[in-house]
Amino acid sequence: MAGPAAFLIGMFVILPFVFAIVLSFTNQRLISPNPTEFTGLANYRQLLGMATLTLDPVKDDAGAIKMAADGTPEYPSIRSFTRGNADYANLSGMREWFSFGWGESRTYVLARDVVFMKALVNTFIFVLVVAPVQGALALGLALLINQKIRGINVFRTIYFMPVVVSIVVVSLLWRFIYDGNSGLLNNLISAVSFGAIPRVDWLGNPNTALGSVIAMSIWQAVGFHMVIWLSGLQTISPTLYEAGEIEGASKWQSFRYITWPGLKNTAVLVLIVITMQAFAVFAQIDVMTNGGPLDSTQTIVFQAIERGYGKQDISGGSTISVILFVIVLSISLLQRWITRERA
Amino acid sequence: MAISADNHGLRLIVRYAVLILIAVIFIFPLVFMVMSSLKPDQQLLADTASLRAFLPVGDISLDNYWAAFKRAPVALFVMNSVIVTGVTVALSLFLCSTAAFSFVFINWKGRDVILSIILATLIVPFETIAIPLLLISSKLPWIGLDGLTFGWLNSYRVQIIPFIVDGLTIFLFVQFFKDLPSELIEAARVEGASWFQIYRRIVMPLSGPVLATAAILKFLVMYNQYLWPLMVVQEEGYRPVMVGLQYFFQLNRAWGEIMAYLSLITVPVLAFYLYLQKAFIASIASTGVKG
Repeated sequence: MAGPAAFLIGMFVILPFVFAIVLSFTNQRLISPNPTEFTGLANYRQLLGMATLTLDPVKDDAGAIKMAADGTPEYPSIRSFTRGNADYANLSGMREWFSFGWGESRTYVLARDVVFMKALVNTFIFVLVVAPVQGALALGLALLINQKIRGINVFRTIYFMPVVVSIVVVSLLWRFIYDGNSGLLNNLISAVSFGAIPRVDWLGNPNTALGSVIAMSIWQAVGFHMVIWLSGLQTISPTLYEAGEIEGASKWQSFRYITWPGLKNTAVLVLIVITMQAFAVFAQIDVMTNGGPLDSTQTIVFQAIERGYGKQDISGGSTISVILFVIVLSISLLQRWITRERA
Repeated sequence: MAISADNHGLRLIVRYAVLILIAVIFIFPLVFMVMSSLKPDQQLLADTASLRAFLPVGDISLDNYWAAFKRAPVALFVMNSVIVTGVTVALSLFLCSTAAFSFVFINWKGRDVILSIILATLIVPFETIAIPLLLISSKLPWIGLDGLTFGWLNSYRVQIIPFIVDGLTIFLFVQFFKDLPSELIEAARVEGASWFQIYRRIVMPLSGPVLATAAILKFLVMYNQYLWPLMVVQEEGYRPVMVGLQYFFQLNRAWGEIMAYLSLITVPVLAFYLYLQKAFIASIASTGVKG
């Protein structure tokens, strides 16, 4: 009786998963006149290739540092190293990702695929902000909703509402809220500040775009994790709180010594689920920003889809998927190890 | 005495004020959506400057809805979503529950290994298999009315079949079946009932809660599908509601129509949620009672 189910899982989860790994070592495209070739680690090298290059400022014949028009020292051009320079063959085809000054000289970090590097960093920022903030806010809401006062169910129902709405719909609504001209957020801010704070194009500004997507994502999903915390809270026996009250425990003490220890398993679960969901961020980006402005909201999955589907580069998209899976797996193992039961 | 009563009252007011403030944060975009869907574009944009944005005031009508139906085959998209979601939920409940039944009650060789492989797929995010699954789906065979054909793109089956069975649904059924009293099943075996009879006559009638949970979770996932249909459905005839949104972003952007379409595809789900909110919340909560 388990046959059909096992077959379907094998066909549509395990087989594609194995395919992802195999395809990542080839040059497979969705439709191609040429036969597929095995290319070894070429896809991984192309995506993850990085190098540093430390350069001294350009000096004139007298040994003085040449200054560029803006008054900063002038450095040799990166292109002279990455384009057809036989002495630096390993840098061929790379582009500048970022650079930092180091005394007089300057170190350039070069990457073979700068956009993917930005996507990696953005995704990590996204996860590192969303996981703790959403987890903590959800716990706060769960504690708030766990009190016994009249009408509390109405509030619980409302806080959970965004969870049942599609992330696509939510993203569109928030595009309206974040709009640079008639957006609700700008109108609210200028009403509260009597026009003192200038309008911001939240999704059009590289400094605010990722933060705006993060805030909306938390708003949408926090109710989900509130409910999971809530079910954890309800497993804690009320007699423990009664005992604490008799002993004269303060509110903080009863949270610290009764509630929190009782929620440990829930905490691990919430953290792992949020992390997995956050690493897979896609729809928000696709609907709200398309990865822009200036690649400030590129993410791993967005890149995987853009290449694997948009550019029909199945092997490139598969390679990104495998990298994502390795990251997700290592982080959930790490989280389990950190939160393991200490004997 | 009077002071402490006042104090109590004040604290209660503060509590409710906090609860209401948070409720406003969660609900305002949805209220804005529905109210805006009733207004002409010009008024909609002007109203965002004040609280009128959240009120049904001014030139209220259903014109945006009629316009949305004219702009895109809305009814077709809704029907596609209903078919895909309904069929997947039904097949998922049947296949996942029978599989879990055999994992829990029937002794067969290799069942523990297969169950642990199925549960291990829980840590594979769909996004990491989407691209190879696209390649596989573009080549799969199918025997239909026009004989043997290859390639599943642009069909209902490509949106349904890969999502029927998943690790989480099987996990939910397995957990639930393990808690059923095994004496019931043993007694039925002794009396000579077949496994299928036991599944149908004994186990299913007791499985209301887990069926509701699994159905709700699957419903939310399927109705809100976006990434997958975006990739595998280019033909209008099979497009679900979320992908149908693209029609409203071509050429001139009419916000009123967009809001009408968003309301149209969201409000029924919200109504369904409000009607069954206890079951919805219980279904999410039950995903949390593992390990």
